[in-house]
Amino acid sequence: MSTRKIRVATTSLAGCFGCHMSFLDIDERIVGLIEHVEFSRSPINDIKHCHPDCDIGLIEGGLCNAENVHVLKEFRESCKIIIAVGACAINGGVPAMRNHFTLKECLEEAYLDGIGVENPMIPNDVELPLLLSKVHPIHEVVHVDYYLPGCPPPADAFMKVLTDLLEGKEPSLPKEILHFD
Amino acid sequence: MESHNGPTGQTGAHLLHRLFEVQQQYMHIPKQSILELAGELRLPVSQVESVVDFYSFFHRTPRGRFDLLFSNCTSCGDTAMMRSLCKRLNVTPGETRADGLVSINETSCIGMCDQGPALLVNSRTLTGLTAIRLEQIAAQIEAGVPVPEWPVEWFRVQDNVRKNGLLLGTAFETGSGLRAALEKGPEAMLAEVTQSGLRGRGGAGFSTGMKWKFCREAKGDAHYVVCNADEGEPGTFKDRILLSSHAHAVFEGMSICGHIIGASKGYLYLRGEYRYLLNDLHAVLKRRHKARLLGKHILGQAFDFDIEIIVGAGAYICGEESALIESMEQKRGIPRVRPPFPVTKGYLDQPTVVNNVETLAAAALIAVHGGAWFSGHGSEKSAGSKVLSISGDCTTPGVYEYPFGVSIQRILDDCGAEDVQAVQVGGPSGTLIAPDEFERKLGFEDLATGGSFMIYSKDRDLLKVISNFTHFFAHESCGFCTPCRVGTTLLKNGLDKIASGHGTKSDVDEMYRMATMVKRRSHCGLGQTAPNPLLDALKRFPEVFEQRLVHDSEFEPHFDLDAALEEARQISHRDDAEAHLA
Ligand SMILES: Cc1cc2nc3c(=O)[nH]c(=O)nc-3n(C[C@H](O)[C@H](O)[C@H](O)COP(=O)(O)O)c2cc1C
Ligand code: SF4
Ligand code: SF4
Repeated sequence: MSTRKIRVATTSLAGCFGCHMSFLDIDERIVGLIEHVEFSRSPINDIKHCHPDCDIGLIEGGLCNAENVHVLKEFRESCKIIIAVGACAINGGVPAMRNHFTLKECLEEAYLDGIGVENPMIPNDVELPLLLSKVHPIHEVVHVDYYLPGCPPPADAFMKVLTDLLEGKEPSLPKEILHFD
Repeated sequence: MESHNGPTGQTGAHLLHRLFEVQQQYMHIPKQSILELAGELRLPVSQVESVVDFYSFFHRTPRGRFDLLFSNCTSCGDTAMMRSLCKRLNVTPGETRADGLVSINETSCIGMCDQGPALLVNSRTLTGLTAIRLEQIAAQIEAGVPVPEWPVEWFRVQDNVRKNGLLLGTAFETGSGLRAALEKGPEAMLAEVTQSGLRGRGGAGFSTGMKWKFCREAKGDAHYVVCNADEGEPGTFKDRILLSSHAHAVFEGMSICGHIIGASKGYLYLRGEYRYLLNDLHAVLKRRHKARLLGKHILGQAFDFDIEIIVGAGAYICGEESALIESMEQKRGIPRVRPPFPVTKGYLDQPTVVNNVETLAAAALIAVHGGAWFSGHGSEKSAGSKVLSISGDCTTPGVYEYPFGVSIQRILDDCGAEDVQAVQVGGPSGTLIAPDEFERKLGFEDLATGGSFMIYSKDRDLLKVISNFTHFFAHESCGFCTPCRVGTTLLKNGLDKIASGHGTKSDVDEMYRMATMVKRRSHCGLGQTAPNPLLDALKRFPEVFEQRLVHDSEFEPHFDLDAALEEARQISHRDDAEAHLA
């Protein structure tokens, strides 16, 4: 095995960044982590694309639009291990609440009929990614290796999973970390 | 205790019965009726609403004045016929036609597997469908001819008993079992049942003598006997003929049990799909009253016992004994936590025996002929005989009775089954077996069965069969526990993905993992057996999956990505390159 650092990439798809915030709650432990890890594409450093040879991809959020799908596919192609992080990536989470309505109903409510809408029109600029008809969890589009549950998962859970992987162990979460009440 | 039967002997004040009447009258359950029924029956509105939403024969929005439900069972169903009638009548499946005349949908097996394809029209059973009959039905509907005026021969249900055995072949004189039981006295009669080695015929095979003993010993304000005539396992229809042609023996078995456990009340829980049997069953009850075999001072002795019939409303889970009791108590059919078992805490929390129709009929014969007579038949751990419902790919489907210990091959030979690819023994919750296992034997030692026996020839697509069963469980899951509610749907989706040619090896591995989890973690027998068809097929017929898989890719999305953008493309009038996904 080479001595290079473990390369980790992260992204937030249809999520709220809460999972990333929780990750940062590892606080000063990040200093120790950085000894062994280097970050590739991530909102933390604003690197725009994954290094083609990443080890771990942490995905927050589900899939709500075409761009999410492109990003997810890039991660799957670049990362040896993909981890679905948080309720949104695993189940669709809060954004998937729109699945009870048609896309048309959602867009009309937001851009035509909603209170306070001015200049009503549904955006159609080619710069904008098109919305999927439903919000999907990421495992429906790519193979996912591990699931890190929680909304968001606690910082300790991030630490535990990353440390296990760094040590070459099968990641596992003790009950205390999986227990939310 | 209020009576559920009206003065005419017709079904009455039970919530399920009142909802049935309302559904028939308005073709749905209007909000106003929910409030009225809650008042009338002194139940919380929320309870009435939850019951309306739970049972598939009740609807919040109007069904058509002609409401047709095609069975979707692999034996008595034909959904292609359903689609063709939909087309002919311009109906979308599941929806009511705009003029309110007709609605058409699917329903789980309606127990007509020996004379399908079959359907329910306004809750009446119509058998032996053909293309011509469909055309005639369409004409009656368009002309608005009320269902009671349709030709009676369309609704004829045959017994189709092909082979008699210990139970069906032994003449039973009405009253003889009860007379013998009363003469012997409860203790001696219980010893007789125990000695007979009779085990439950509903599938689980618990010793009937033990069950009755536990219930007899349990303390309570009242004891109850319940006959489980929910017969919902796809491919099972043997209770149907016991009820149509041996009802006296069934009621007599209930009465004998009542005498032993100290009950004065028995209930027969009849599946809604068998409503057509109700009038005849009430007539039998009436005759038994006249003959002093029911009511006060039965046969002049100090034994009072009466029987009521409660009719279900389309929920397979209500065959599970504790869900059945919940349903009797006018609630949703959600299985209880066991223990306590019904023998100590059942109907109204009182000690209750729940037995299958066939078990009770056998008990009546045991009263007459004795335990030794019964245990002299069958195999060591499986005394007596089993009444089987045989359907699928054979020349003579119908009801066959065999002593336990009979081989699968023998049964296949008798019913004219050739080129058999697989047999589903005991229904979807049972075991799927391959030809190299046809020397295996029926019985609790080897292949246990509640009576369903479905045959699939080499021409059948087994993946479709397994998928049908998996859809069945996902549909019938009561939704109470997550492993089953979510798991059965994920298994269904996985099979659909493979069937559509998009599955990969990873999907199969994932389904295997999921199936094992659903089996282990589910609350009741439904979830614990729901993955059986899939697991059996993976073990015995792996090629069925293998040949459908995409082999040059490790993973395929679960849905068509580009199609998922279609709605947005239409709304935004875009069709540029970025508006598509490969
Ligand atoms: C999902 C499910 C459905 C069942 N359906 C039936 C049924 O339709 N008829 C039946 O007799 N038993 C059915 N059973 C078994 C009953 O729970 C119970 O074991 C049986 O009625 C006991 O009677 P027995 O001892 O005479 O077999 C079902 C069980 C489960 C888990
Ligand atoms: S799982 Fe919770 S915290 Fe994470 S992205 Fe979704 S909503 Fe935000
Ligand atoms: S296993 Fe299925 S049917 Fe049984 S309680 Fe759970 S959800 Fe209901």
